Order: sequence, then structure tokens, then C-alpha cells
Amino acid sequence: MNDPMDQPIIVLENVDKFFGAFQALKGINLTVRKRERVVVCGPSGSGKSTMIRCINRLEEHDGGRIVVDGHELTSGDKNIDAVRREVGMVFQSFNLFPHLKVIDNLMLAPRLVRKLGKAEAREQAMHLLERVRIPDQADKYPSQLSGGQQQRVAIARSLCMNPEIMLFDEPTSALDPEMISEVLDVMVDLAEDGMTMIVVSHEMGFARKVADTVVFMDAGEIIERNPPAEFFEHPKNERTKLFLSQIITH
Amino acid sequence: MSFDIALVFDSIPKMLEGIGLTLELLFLSTSIGLILAVITLLMRISGRRFLAWPAMAYIYVFRGTPILVQIFVIYYGLPQFDLIRESIFWAILREPFGCMVVALSLNAGAYVSEILRGGLLGVDRGLHEAGKALGMSTPQRFIYITTPIAVRLAIPAYSNDFISMLKATALASTVTLLDMTGVARTIVAKTFAPYEIFIAAAMIYMVMTWFIQRGFGLFERRMSRYVKP
Repeated sequence: MNDPMDQPIIVLENVDKFFGAFQALKGINLTVRKRERVVVCGPSGSGKSTMIRCINRLEEHDGGRIVVDGHELTSGDKNIDAVRREVGMVFQSFNLFPHLKVIDNLMLAPRLVRKLGKAEAREQAMHLLERVRIPDQADKYPSQLSGGQQQRVAIARSLCMNPEIMLFDEPTSALDPEMISEVLDVMVDLAEDGMTMIVVSHEMGFARKVADTVVFMDAGEIIERNPPAEFFEHPKNERTKLFLSQIITH
Repeated sequence: MSFDIALVFDSIPKMLEGIGLTLELLFLSTSIGLILAVITLLMRISGRRFLAWPAMAYIYVFRGTPILVQIFVIYYGLPQFDLIRESIFWAILREPFGCMVVALSLNAGAYVSEILRGGLLGVDRGLHEAGKALGMSTPQRFIYITTPIAVRLAIPAYSNDFISMLKATALASTVTLLDMTGVARTIVAKTFAPYEIFIAAAMIYMVMTWFIQRGFGLFERRMSRYVKP
């Protein structure tokens, strides 16, 4: 295979992040190649979310370098919107625009940012709603949908910007158990289509099935990174072993 | 003491002669006030001290003093300055009506900007982040995400202020204007029946308030279509 997988699309070098005196990220090094699927896990407060939020600059890092698809993220960055257009993000709490119907949630940014015409934006939005399997909900408001449906709309909304990379920040943590799989199914589809993905999640089944790489973080550091088979069968670090035993025994 | 119910109802048509002026004062000053409020709010949240500071000072002064005092300062105080009398503002400030509109507008501007700020603070931070993550610029997020949600959140407090403004227009009668209360006072001067006349005035204000409440209620319902019942 002519392998575009070797091209790094996201590079973090020695990234530090402080919240006041608290150091949330301590010298993070991570390279993600094109089409790679990375699942990040770790105890709460370990810096997983902070790390991916630095990648589209919802948080500004304080030290080190972050390069996304050739753009280095720096302070006073003029091209940050260009980076954000290429990086989709899905949040734990969905963050759909509550005052807009589903279809308008999907059309807003393409019309404003990509300057698409109304018809074109609508067509694309409907296409993506079909892809996340809820075209029949287009004219409802987010509050009328279930959590799983809302999260699928949120995924579709991100895809409307044709991102190269998708970041997922605990996309199923706020969902009732019976709705988790409908969201994961959509994410599996995306992965199969070759999307570059970083997923912060404790869904270990998803990690086993989809991830190329599993990253374990604790206390602001990357403790271990390995392909899923290796990661789950032969965790090297004591902290990884402890974490896995804690989440898998249930 | 006798109470003449007939006089209450007889005086109502007469008093309605003042309703036009009351409504003019109300709508002019709430409109100008709203514009001032938005400008003040933008200055306050600009993050630039040389803009935020004057905005906060303005809010403090107008919230910190009685409207009646403000009206007197503007009506009796300002004309003493040659500077004012020679300025283009004199055309407005020489008339009691102009003074009243200026005072009420400045008041509304100060209060309403705080009401709108309350609405802004109520908008979920996650929605900003979602907008950012989609590549929307700060003005785009402000216009398409923050504003519509903040407006809905601000309606109850704003309608409260609007009703306060209706009642504040009654102060116009202190600077010789014949708004409804002004008319009421002239009738009292002729009939010596303050009880009946002012009760009639109170009834008219209450009817007006009912319409305002109802209007805002409908507006709020419309703006809240998307909220789960």
C-alpha cells in the first residue's frame, strides 16, 4: 500500500500546560499519523481532555510545540481558524446550539465559515444526517432529541466542516448506557472511512476494535502507548495495570 | 369622607388625553435606552479598560441616584452652563420633554445593560467552544450563538424594567409635562378630589401594564420555542 499513514498530521513536542500553579500537562510528546486512530484513556484529572483541547487551541499550551497539519500553533495566531476548520471536535456535553433546529445546527458554520450557499449547505447537512442515521430529526430542536441522537447530531455538525481530523472528548460519558452503542457505531463508521481520530474515552471495547494506538495518561504525563493488543494483554507500567484492573473488573 | 365612584370613571377619558405623552416618553426612552445599553454592554465586555471603565462609571452613576434627582439635575441644572446652552444639545435640553427623554433613556441604558449582561453570563460556555471548534470568529459567535440565547434569558428581567419605565414616566409631571399623571394633577387642582382621580390614574397604569406583561409573555414564549416543555 502506498502508505500516507506515515505522514505525521499532529505533532506534540514537550507540551506543558498550567492552570495557575497546577501543571496539567508535563512534557507531552505525541505524534499522530494521517488516518491513525488513537484512543486516550486514564484516570480523571490526568490531562486527557486538556491535551486534545490544546490541539484545536481551546486551551493554549504554555510550553513546547504543537503542529497540526503543518501549522504550528503559537500565541497571537492568525491562522488558528484555519486549523480549527480542519479539526472537528465532539464534546462530552454535545454543545449543540439549543436555539437552532438540528438542520440549522449543521448549516450554521458551513454557511458562515466556508461560505456555502443555502442549498448546498442543506444538501450536505442532510447527507451527513443520513450518515449518522437520523435524517428524520432534521426539523427538531436539540432538546427534543435523546442524548444519543444529540451526540450523533454533534458528530454530523463537526463533519460539515470537512475536517481532516476529529477529536472526541469523552463522547459517551454523558449518555445513558443504552445510547452508547449508537454513538460508537457512528464513530466506528468514521474510523473505517479513514478519518484521523483522537478519542478520549473509557470505552475499552471501542479501543480494542478501532484503535491503532492506545495511550494511557496519568498525572499529566503519557505513561504508555501501544497498539491495543499489546496494551490490553501486556501492560508494562504498574499504573496502567492498576487502571485497567479498575475499569475492567466491573 | 365620601368616595365618589362616578368621579373616578368621569375622569378617565380626560386623563387619557395624557396617555399619548406617556407612551411617547415610554417608547422613545426605552428605544434609546436599549441602544445605549447595547453600546455600554459592548464597552464593558470589550476587555479594554479604557472602554470598560467609563461604561462601569456610567452604570454606577445612574443606578446610584434617584431618577427624580437626575431629572432635576438635567432640567434645572444643565441650562446654567453657557456651554450647554450654546451646544447642539440645547434644542433638546431646553424643552422639558427633551430633558425627560434624556433622563429616562440614560437610566434605562444603565439598568438594561446590566440586564443584558446577566443574559450573556447565562449562555453556556460550551456553546462558545463549539462555535470556536467550528472555526467561527468571535463576532460570528456573538451574533449567531450568544445573542439569541442571551436575549431569551434576559426577557423576564427586561420586561420588569420596561414596566418600571412606564411608571417612571409619571415623573414627567414634576417638570410641567402633561402626561397622564400630569393631567391627573391638574384635575385634582380643580376638583380637590385626589383620592378618586389618582385611583383612576392607577387603574389606567395597571391596564397598560397588563398589555406590556402580555406582550412580553408572548415574546418570551416565541423565543423559548426550543426549550423543552
